[in-house]
Amino acid sequence: MQEALRFRLPDAEPVKRADFIEQARLARRGSEAVSRGLPLTIRGLRKSFGTNEVLRGIDLHIPAGQFVAIVGRSGCGKSTLLRLIAGLETIDAGSISLGGEAREEDVRVMFQEPRLLPWARVLSNVEVGLGRDRASSDAQARAERALAEVGLDDKRGQWPAVLSGGQKQRVALARALVSHPRILAFDEPLGALDALTRVSMQRLLERVWHDQAFTAILVTHDVSEAVALADRVLVIEDGRIAHDIHVDIARPRRRGSVDLAELEGSILQNLLDGADDTSDL
Amino acid sequence: MSLIESLPRVRSLRWPRADGLVQWVVPLTIVVVWQAACASGFVSARVLPAPTDVASAGWKLLQSGELARNIWVSFWRASIGFLIGGGIGFAFGLANGLSQLSSKLTDTTLQMVRNIPHLALIPLVILWFGIDETAKLFLVALGVFFPIYLNTLHGIRTVDPQLIEMGRIYGMGDGELFRRVIFPGALPSIFVGVRFALGIMWLTLIVAETIAASSGLGYMAMQAREFMQIDVVVLSILIYALLGKLADSASRVLERLTLSWHPAFQKH
Repeated sequence: MQEALRFRLPDAEPVKRADFIEQARLARRGSEAVSRGLPLTIRGLRKSFGTNEVLRGIDLHIPAGQFVAIVGRSGCGKSTLLRLIAGLETIDAGSISLGGEAREEDVRVMFQEPRLLPWARVLSNVEVGLGRDRASSDAQARAERALAEVGLDDKRGQWPAVLSGGQKQRVALARALVSHPRILAFDEPLGALDALTRVSMQRLLERVWHDQAFTAILVTHDVSEAVALADRVLVIEDGRIAHDIHVDIARPRRRGSVDLAELEGSILQNLLDGADDTSDL
Repeated sequence: MSLIESLPRVRSLRWPRADGLVQWVVPLTIVVVWQAACASGFVSARVLPAPTDVASAGWKLLQSGELARNIWVSFWRASIGFLIGGGIGFAFGLANGLSQLSSKLTDTTLQMVRNIPHLALIPLVILWFGIDETAKLFLVALGVFFPIYLNTLHGIRTVDPQLIEMGRIYGMGDGELFRRVIFPGALPSIFVGVRFALGIMWLTLIVAETIAASSGLGYMAMQAREFMQIDVVVLSILIYALLGKLADSASRVLERLTLSWHPAFQKH
């Protein structure tokens, strides 16, 4: 049990997870950010469904703690890439490697649908996220902390059916966060929400990413969401990475600022050009 | 906001009490009209005895102990038959919902058997088992089997695959996945099967007892017919209605207890 909770840092003693998070937080408050996220390296990744080749050779390195957004038109393979990273599909060719020894609980996915168990109260839905630690004695306390983190500690005893769409998605986020994942993959997590809820959810995502310092991979079709949240935007076209754009805009980013709008405009232009012209740009 | 919040509360104050009474308005009205029709001579006592006559016949049978004994025998047959048939149906539903192999092996056969009206087996069942308890239990179990089997199977097959994928992602093993995702997801459908089965249970039992029995409510009604005791015949029919209602209410209570998460059962 104790062993499972430890993981090794370069040049450091094994530290208890809780202590380490605290250290990471403290470090982040200072100038130097220590990341507890996992780096991710993808080489020559291919995936077909039947005769349809969805991914045609993806090469990608994501440093630990980076927030990467993946955008592209429908059917470009962005969701497939995310499902491969999360281990939900089998790889045809190539490799995905997570730096260090990744446990099952280290990689979590959040979907467009909250996927809450309707017959479990909010708190037990969050406990589901603990994976193998579900049976441990501090499971409930950890679930309560995760709920508090998304601002829903007062809803712990409710049935999911009585929550709003945004609240359900926050419970799903708490469930993904409760095991303190080191890679968190989001598949259009805000796609089904209304505009105002989206903005507040984007802020929440940014805050938990900042606090917990995991590596974030966000698949979205909303370019403004991508540039608002990500350090780096990948544009996927026809199963390949067509553009790899670093977003060098300081945080906190102001929605609707000129910098963001310009970047969003140029990415959208790229996407549209790709749609009009099938030749590689 | 305050108006929206207050709406369910206003309803919940009004409904529970009224609910219990409202549903009995129609049956009571029928009894009153029936009594009036008999008392006025509009309906002959040979066609339909008055409710008071039926009640006095019931009182006599109750005093002799005959009524309680027959109700008990029928209730016992119904419950045991239901448990056997329902248990087997549930087991097959689970097996065929969870395992492709089991489904391929048995589903076609079961669908063929399903299309035989089980009451058509009565002559065969009498030849096999005579008119003792086994015959009735067999028929009830067979009748109850199919609705439970079909609805359990349907419930398991229609559990949201996204929830199953979620369970797998969060490291649930087969047992835990079944306990936390598949079974609760199939439960509403299983209850639909239980309520269908309860109807079929009484129907089968009545027919079986009417044709081949030496005790029970159906037998009591047939005996009464022999001696032209029309009040006892009507009494038996009314008791069937009450028992059927009782079984349905029991399943509703069970439904309410186990499906309290379901939006349809909230805020009542």
